[in-house]
Amino acid sequence: MIRRQFLAMAGIAAMAIGTMAAPHAARADALADITARGSIRVAVPQDAPPFGTVGPDMELQGLDIDMAKLIAEKLGVKAELVPVTLPNRIPYLQTNKADIVISSLGKNPDREKVIDFTSPYAPFFNGAFAPADIKIASAADLSGKTVAVARGAIEDLALTKIAPPDAIIKRFEDNNGTISAFLSGQVQVIVTGNVIAAAILEKNPPNRPELKFLMNKSPCYIGLNKGEDALKGKINEIIAAGRADGSMNKITQKWLHQDIPADL
Amino acid sequence: MRYHFDFAWLGEYYPMLIKGVGITLELTAVGAVFGIALAIACAWARALGPRWLRLLIVPYVELIRNTPFIVQLFFIFFGLPGIGIKLGEMPAANLAMVINLGAYGCEIIRAGIQATPRGQFEAGASLAMTPFQTFWHVILVPSLQRIWPALSSQIIIVMLGSAVVSQIAAEDLTFAANFIQSRSFRAFEAYFVSTTIYLLLAIILRQLLSGLGRVLFPRRSVR
Repeated sequence: MIRRQFLAMAGIAAMAIGTMAAPHAARADALADITARGSIRVAVPQDAPPFGTVGPDMELQGLDIDMAKLIAEKLGVKAELVPVTLPNRIPYLQTNKADIVISSLGKNPDREKVIDFTSPYAPFFNGAFAPADIKIASAADLSGKTVAVARGAIEDLALTKIAPPDAIIKRFEDNNGTISAFLSGQVQVIVTGNVIAAAILEKNPPNRPELKFLMNKSPCYIGLNKGEDALKGKINEIIAAGRADGSMNKITQKWLHQDIPADL
Repeated sequence: MRYHFDFAWLGEYYPMLIKGVGITLELTAVGAVFGIALAIACAWARALGPRWLRLLIVPYVELIRNTPFIVQLFFIFFGLPGIGIKLGEMPAANLAMVINLGAYGCEIIRAGIQATPRGQFEAGASLAMTPFQTFWHVILVPSLQRIWPALSSQIIIVMLGSAVVSQIAAEDLTFAANFIQSRSFRAFEAYFVSTTIYLLLAIILRQLLSGLGRVLFPRRSVR
């Protein structure tokens, strides 16, 4: 009796040790695992247009999804899309439910403590946008211009600091207000994120918001587990090649209606 | 339920509040003066005007009284530029308030006119007054006197309703409160202060209007 209990406990202990060890074994070389499996598991957003949404055909679509497909294609494997939300995209990576995360992920010191980042793949910034015929090169040129911005947003605080005193800043309740004010011509300039500007361009309006100057940027990076240097090196190669041959530019043009800036 | 009030932001932001009160008062003054002028014109047209004019006034009054003020404001500010009429936020806000008070005021004044006994029209005519003189002296002024409290209330409603102009970036008192709230994150205090100011403004305005009523419509010896 005692003997059987001991054996059972030993068995459980062995299993526990086995499961604890397993992730480390799997993490040893994610690139080799991906190649062996024939597919790469990519955590992508499903609720963050234009990076990742569910299309009318119930398929995932967006900039991050196209990026995942590009990387899988260059690795010569299938892309296995794992839909995630913004709060759980890093835990999915850490618990090995995904090999990499492409989910409009920005880099910051806190995240760098727990995961690794490749080189950036898509622009994400706040800037001043205006139609082509309005000449603006820097914040100083906002002098005398009417500028719409969402009250209290990060771009409002940044704009308030750098705008000349005679810039006429119109603060609206939210992005809808700033977009309407810009589209109806009530303001000359809109200060907002590049994704919002892309959403305006999507509607093909008579006033096309063109980027005049950047205010603050936090580009999107691909996240992966620490210590996966082989995979990281390979993806960085794919990103460099994709930027050089224009295939990534095609993706940003499709979803953000803009080129990849040289100093991403 | 313990809350520590913190009014430290007042030192930095009070000029904004004062400017906001100024804009709210400006909007109210312009809205009240031109709105009541429009209301009187519409009431005259509806009660005594030519038929074609009456047919125009009815849809205007019904349209404005049966749609939300904020939608009227958005239509003027965001909608009209689409057909080439571009008004800045202050002209748009003023116009919206004048049009709004014009419609409500028209109905209020019309009620006063309809309460005027038919015999008074005939009395005016028998004194060889022109129709306009009859309207002004015999009908309008006693009517206004009768409905002055209702009209005062409507002016105060329009003043309080002006809070929504902050949605088109007009920098009134509500805009100031929203702005302060988004910078200092003292929401309770910011809205506490703005609510108190609105309350004081409404009480003062009511006193002023009732005083104005006594000046405009002194009790007549012959009634």
